[in-house]
Amino acid sequence: MKTKDMGEVLLTSAQMARFVARGSLRLDAVVPPEMNAEALHVLAEGVPPVPYGTAVSRAFPQGTFVHRLLELPQVAGALRSLVGPEPNVDHHAVHLREPHGGEAQPLHADAVIDVRPDAFDVQLMYYPHQVTLEMGGTLSVPGSHLRRTNESDTGRYQNLRGQDRLVCPAGTVVFLHHGLWHGGRRNDSDTLRYMFKIRFNPVVRQRLLWDTADLDDPQVLRELDAHFPWYEQATGRLERYQRILLWRELTGDATFDLDHWVTRVANRPQEDAA
Amino acid sequence: MTVPATPPAAAPRQQVLVLYLSTSALDAPVVGWSRYDGTGRTTPTAGDSDEPPYETGVEALLDGWRLFQAAQLIPPYPGHEYDVSFLKHEFLFERIVSSVAGE
Repeated sequence: MKTKDMGEVLLTSAQMARFVARGSLRLDAVVPPEMNAEALHVLAEGVPPVPYGTAVSRAFPQGTFVHRLLELPQVAGALRSLVGPEPNVDHHAVHLREPHGGEAQPLHADAVIDVRPDAFDVQLMYYPHQVTLEMGGTLSVPGSHLRRTNESDTGRYQNLRGQDRLVCPAGTVVFLHHGLWHGGRRNDSDTLRYMFKIRFNPVVRQRLLWDTADLDDPQVLRELDAHFPWYEQATGRLERYQRILLWRELTGDATFDLDHWVTRVANRPQEDAA
Repeated sequence: MTVPATPPAAAPRQQVLVLYLSTSALDAPVVGWSRYDGTGRTTPTAGDSDEPPYETGVEALLDGWRLFQAAQLIPPYPGHEYDVSFLKHEFLFERIVSSVAGE
């Protein structure tokens, strides 16, 4: 485990590969209880809006709750590993789910269809209290982030095999790739549910920003080769293809492959036979 | 023509089941599912279950659902052969039931 400035705990290559495959990274209970208690007041009062594209250090000045949240070593290290130093804040929002209130959101990706092959935004989601199944924590679909669909056009999909219905301890932070299909579930409990979201835009090329000491570890390949139960048989292979392309961008290794998926179909020899 | 706002209470209603299958074969495993209930007795919604109602599309037929639409098989657009997007193998089923509970 490697740390950068201010004690940031950077992600490992295996963790980055897991993010590339799943489209999310979950850090359970990384925010201490006293900050979670403070968050309930801060979020109830509301977090002042910032203009789109404000540098994170200006968006949340030192001493503010959100600044301290983003300074936590694991949160800061994950953010730096994913989008680099000093990203811009796209926007932020406090999401509330009233007890026995609200409808489930249709499955969607935020903003508009976003097919950048060599860059991605992340969305930080912070849960200051425990989330139970009845409280309708965020629904997300592992490995859906590379699908080219626009916002809630996926709303017809109610349930997919292997979907993730978030249940988590207080102080959990989840980072989502911008393309991940997700939605707030219906809150069937007696408890008001909070979630605080910040979307970050990178301002540097997203290449080898994490702790790369384990780049050649076989676990990296295992993570990138993950299969999710909702994948159709044939499209599941294309998912690997797309991940390979993204991993090539993130590492700068234009020859990287898994089981020859990309190399095979790119092979167009130009040499004449002797 | 004037359409009555509410059909007669005893009129039959449609229930719709959408199954997403692993291949284009109707007996392939279910990978996703959605339900819509014209009786209003249930309100299925996103993320309301982790277990599919049937293991395959054929299982739904065996249980009395009637297939009324299957996704067409459309070749990828040139230049987009490796793209991933919507689920391809979508099958829509219906069941006509009484609007009166228990009938």
